[in-house]
Amino acid sequence: MKKINQKDYANYVNEKIPKPKIVKNCIWAFLVGGLICTFGQVITNFVIKYGLDKKAASTATPVILIFLSALLTGLGVYDKIGKRAGAGSIVPITGFANSIVSPAMEFKREGFVLGVAAKMFTVAGPVLVYGIGSSVFVGILYLLLKK
Amino acid sequence: MAHKRLGKQTVKLQNPPSIIATSSIVGPKEGEGPLKNFFDQIIQDDLWGEESWEKCESKLQREVVKLALSNAKIVESQVDFLLAGDLLNQIIASSFAARQLAIPFFGLYGACSTMAESLSLGSMLIDGGFADKIACATSSHFSTAERQYRYPLEHGNQRPLTSQWTVTGAGASILSSSGGAPYITHVTTGKVIDPGIKDANNMGAAMAPAAADVIVQHFKDTGLKPSDYDLIITGDLASIGKEITEELIAKEGYNVSNVYSDCGIEIFDNKKQDTHAGGSGCGCSAVVFNGYVYKQLLSKKLNRVLLVSTGALLSPTSAMQGESIPGIAHAVSISNIIS
Repeated sequence: MKKINQKDYANYVNEKIPKPKIVKNCIWAFLVGGLICTFGQVITNFVIKYGLDKKAASTATPVILIFLSALLTGLGVYDKIGKRAGAGSIVPITGFANSIVSPAMEFKREGFVLGVAAKMFTVAGPVLVYGIGSSVFVGILYLLLKK
Repeated sequence: MAHKRLGKQTVKLQNPPSIIATSSIVGPKEGEGPLKNFFDQIIQDDLWGEESWEKCESKLQREVVKLALSNAKIVESQVDFLLAGDLLNQIIASSFAARQLAIPFFGLYGACSTMAESLSLGSMLIDGGFADKIACATSSHFSTAERQYRYPLEHGNQRPLTSQWTVTGAGASILSSSGGAPYITHVTTGKVIDPGIKDANNMGAAMAPAAADVIVQHFKDTGLKPSDYDLIITGDLASIGKEITEELIAKEGYNVSNVYSDCGIEIFDNKKQDTHAGGSGCGCSAVVFNGYVYKQLLSKKLNRVLLVSTGALLSPTSAMQGESIPGIAHAVSISNIIS
């Protein structure tokens, strides 16, 4: 067979790839993502009603959401939600919790030190590194410009 | 002078070895697929009583070899070599299976081309007079492959439409210097071909040129035509890779559309089982060949088959370093009739 031109082949393959249903996926992401955020608001209102002030409520809400996401991950439900919702369930804080709990569960068999602890941040680690890193950078910038 | 060679890449076996028995064990999902009636055993869950998926995969391979031996009515001590491989780092599924089988062992790595690779080497060893009985085996496991190559199982991500589903299963063939049909008549060994695909979720496209190349070379070397075959079946190219392979072969002047299929397409009902492009993994061509195809050969519904197991030679490290995915494919010609 003749040698394949990699550029031509890449174009040829791209034509063969089935196109994802973008509109349908967006609707799913919007609905599920919106639902998670609305649920967060429900929790906030609920805890305020039972006597927490606004600052304490904004701590309690993510704690509860993270707990529920971890629970659903453990029960094997969150990945099924994520399959439909895509970014809708990855972007909210529940998705972040899922990305930490799922490798922790998966690598339990390699032990609590080299498995769970070491692998826990394989998915979420980059987000933490660059998230915290950029906040430090912006903080320094803010301090310098303010003076 | 190597008098058994034919053309550039093919070996014509002078005393074609018999495939005297096969065996296949699959996971629960494969056991719900269209070929469920052809497998020897379907396990009920993906751990099969083991503590980890890796141990389960190793058990799959160990048990499938034992099952093949009992199907062939022979014992371990009668087997001269075990040729086996898998996808796990350092092929632990195979070597850990071999540690409990008292058979001299050669570990192979050809990614998902291992079934055809082991049959190729096994038949040449027998034809060369180096062995009388050889066991060829391979396995894959959805969960071991996912954690090695992709995301944790419970991670809520979306699989692209080009992605494939790694088959949980193991298959084994017993080759013998004496015995009846079917026989392995030709072996065409493939070259590593890299068409430059970097997307690890599109392995069908990465392997298709290697598959097309070895099939075309097989025709050129042997003088056989597509119509000489009842079935030409590739390993795990799935829907996109199969279409590309067929078109690449057609460009070389061979029309295989009437006889060509792919194990990755046969094993799952993609729509019902949500497997996207189809099945993959060493186990894919292993269970389809040792389960379905072998039984069709025995019942003479198929008389001449070209098995072309296909492998994507990537590693998690090479993918992270931005390397493209080289493909490999090996063709084994199996026939009920020897001329």
